Amino acid sequence: MSILYPQRPRIIVGMATCGLAAGADEVFDALREEADRLGFDLTLLATGCIGYCQQEPLVDVRMPDLGRVLYAKMTPERARNLITALSTGKLPAEHALASIPEEDSNTRKRPEHLSAVPLISELPFYTQQHKIVLRNSGLIDPFSIEEYIARDGYQALSRTLLHLSSQDVIDEITQSGLRGRGGGGFPTGKKWGVCSNETGEPKYIICNADEGDPGAYMDRTVLESDPYSVIEGMTIGGYAIGANSGYVYVRNEYPLAIERINRAIARAEECGLLGEEIFGSGFNFSIKVVRGAGAFVCGEETALIASIEGGLGEPRPRPPYPAKNGLWGKPTIINNVKTLASVSAIVSKGARWYSNIGTKGNTGTVVFSLVGKVANTGLVEVPLGLTLKEMIEGIGNGGLAGRRVKAVQTGGPSGGCLPARLFDLPINYEALTQAGSIMGSGGMVVMDEDTCMVDVARYFLNFTMAESCGKCTPCREGTRYMYEILTRIVEGQATPEDVVLLEELAIWVKETSLCGLGQTAPNPVLTTLRYFHDEYDAHIMEKRCPAGVCRALIQLTIDPELCNGCGLCMRECPVGAISGEKKKPHFIDPKMCTQCRTCHDVCPEGAVKIVR
Amino acid sequence: MPIIAQPVHPPAGALLAKLHAINSERGYLPEEDLRVAADELALPLSLLYSAATFYSAFSFKPRGLHTVQVCMGTACYIRGGDRLLEKLETKLGVKHGETSEDGVFTIDTVHCLGSCSMSPVIRVDEDTYGRFKINRIPRVLNKYRQNEPGEKGPGEQET
Repeated sequence: MSILYPQRPRIIVGMATCGLAAGADEVFDALREEADRLGFDLTLLATGCIGYCQQEPLVDVRMPDLGRVLYAKMTPERARNLITALSTGKLPAEHALASIPEEDSNTRKRPEHLSAVPLISELPFYTQQHKIVLRNSGLIDPFSIEEYIARDGYQALSRTLLHLSSQDVIDEITQSGLRGRGGGGFPTGKKWGVCSNETGEPKYIICNADEGDPGAYMDRTVLESDPYSVIEGMTIGGYAIGANSGYVYVRNEYPLAIERINRAIARAEECGLLGEEIFGSGFNFSIKVVRGAGAFVCGEETALIASIEGGLGEPRPRPPYPAKNGLWGKPTIINNVKTLASVSAIVSKGARWYSNIGTKGNTGTVVFSLVGKVANTGLVEVPLGLTLKEMIEGIGNGGLAGRRVKAVQTGGPSGGCLPARLFDLPINYEALTQAGSIMGSGGMVVMDEDTCMVDVARYFLNFTMAESCGKCTPCREGTRYMYEILTRIVEGQATPEDVVLLEELAIWVKETSLCGLGQTAPNPVLTTLRYFHDEYDAHIMEKRCPAGVCRALIQLTIDPELCNGCGLCMRECPVGAISGEKKKPHFIDPKMCTQCRTCHDVCPEGAVKIVR
Repeated sequence: MPIIAQPVHPPAGALLAKLHAINSERGYLPEEDLRVAADELALPLSLLYSAATFYSAFSFKPRGLHTVQVCMGTACYIRGGDRLLEKLETKLGVKHGETSEDGVFTIDTVHCLGSCSMSPVIRVDEDTYGRFKINRIPRVLNKYRQNEPGEKGPGEQET
């Protein structure tokens, strides 16, 4: 960076989708306008996501000779003040979250007034993290191939094409212990080896960026923040298996990721890092992007292939696996975004380096999205083997203010809900599977005492029912019947026999469905039955929802002692069920109330009570 | 020479790309455009119809000027996304999947926008609004109605 920007201040603003959702574009505009107004000369760029979404919008300022500081929770006004301070040659301490040391510069020393600002590695959110997949996310301009190269990008590809045989690459990946990060956990090197030995031509490599699990957004982040790491990994994979073309299948809901990966591909082509004769080695490789169209099942590899081929995204039975019989019947490798971003790091630093991180059989790092009812939300990359407790209470800093964390949901609709009493479990493929959940693609949704676990199970069944492609009967019909039973339970209409039927159905769907979607769809039901049976009992036997969520089982009232008559609840009630005079206690008409709890959420006085 | 010619497959992703192109130009998939597309791709019209109904991104009904997507991902759901939807539906007088009478807004639900750290989240066209509070709905809608003062941008800052 000091070579790229020797004497110019460089400011980068976190502008992945999450940053933009927090208002980063307004902050960016304010920085630009104020710098122009003051005639302050700087390089102002957008970057991706540094992971600490809770602190967005984030602004990273690098001042030659002064240092590099990350500012958090910025507003346009704060941005203008920041520029004013910088233009007088100061790095202000206000809103400084952390300082970022730079490996290649002489800006290590911290000015005295910033001595209280911790290093980024000292923040509790980051102390346990080890960034490999996210090594560049939020630190570089995702459009700049120069910045990617400045941080050791393309060393792996040059080593691969100039010094390694395809077997060497496969051996390196095998020895690293890397397992598929899309959730399956299959050893990547082994998969490549199978495909490499196939004789069919041509071969293909596909990057699966159809990140459909609700609660997971790491693939989007990598594509938006560091697209070259994926391109480089794919090119290495193509060389290893003998493929000259690759496809990136991105889900439709990620327009920014699609734009950024397309721009990065075009730029890599321009630089000769994609196309013919890469590094003069005789190896040709090209990548095309395919935009999905909103079908969860397309994340399943055989469905994804069908979708690229131009048909419906319906899965087919495996074997044969795509490594033997994939796109247009040809040998095809499908790897997740994070797997490919890991590949480029592994080939650059070596298998031994990677295999020393994590634990035996679970080497390397995994990226999780820590979201839901947790104090620190964001993307977290940790070595495998950390416990759930270290993740949620350490990195996540526990639940929301004053609320007790009850469970964590891992693995999306295919995963399960694990109770707080199991938080000593280490996070790895096997431990989570044994507990009835899965690691999946890395979504971790934290739930607290205000979350109803029966309602959550019903939420997931609603999801899988809607996303079932309908090809096989167990999944198509089974998820629908399970959803109907769960609906009876949350409405207080169920009998104890319903739970027996629910469990039977769950096992039947799990054992007889065609693809992973159906085989794992019952997991949210089975885990909540296993760990939160008391909540099912309360709904069925006592017609009570302990969390105060299920509408048929709760009532809302306003405590006249606490209500100050501000009228906010009256204004926000979607059905006009609240009445009252200004500055006098308000009243909810129980006949009109739909128990949506909006009044409860907006009341600044805590005067709206949920009667369970 | 084989007696039955081997089918030539269309280029990868060609069908989806075509449907996306029609959809972004017209806002939906009109029948006449689908017929032309089927000819161009040399694919049966029935396949285009199946694909158009299989994928949630496409619609046969004309849509509003702006699309409001309410995220129903897990994090958004447990942090009140369903209630945002309910409020929006009563405010615009239509259910999700429908278009307001003035033709300005279509409400959609989406299974996850991938901005889970900012939950609950809504998206209007390509603008994503995070940490969304229910009382921001009128301001945000006004921003997309012409000649009405609205909220300046997506951000709502926490201090």
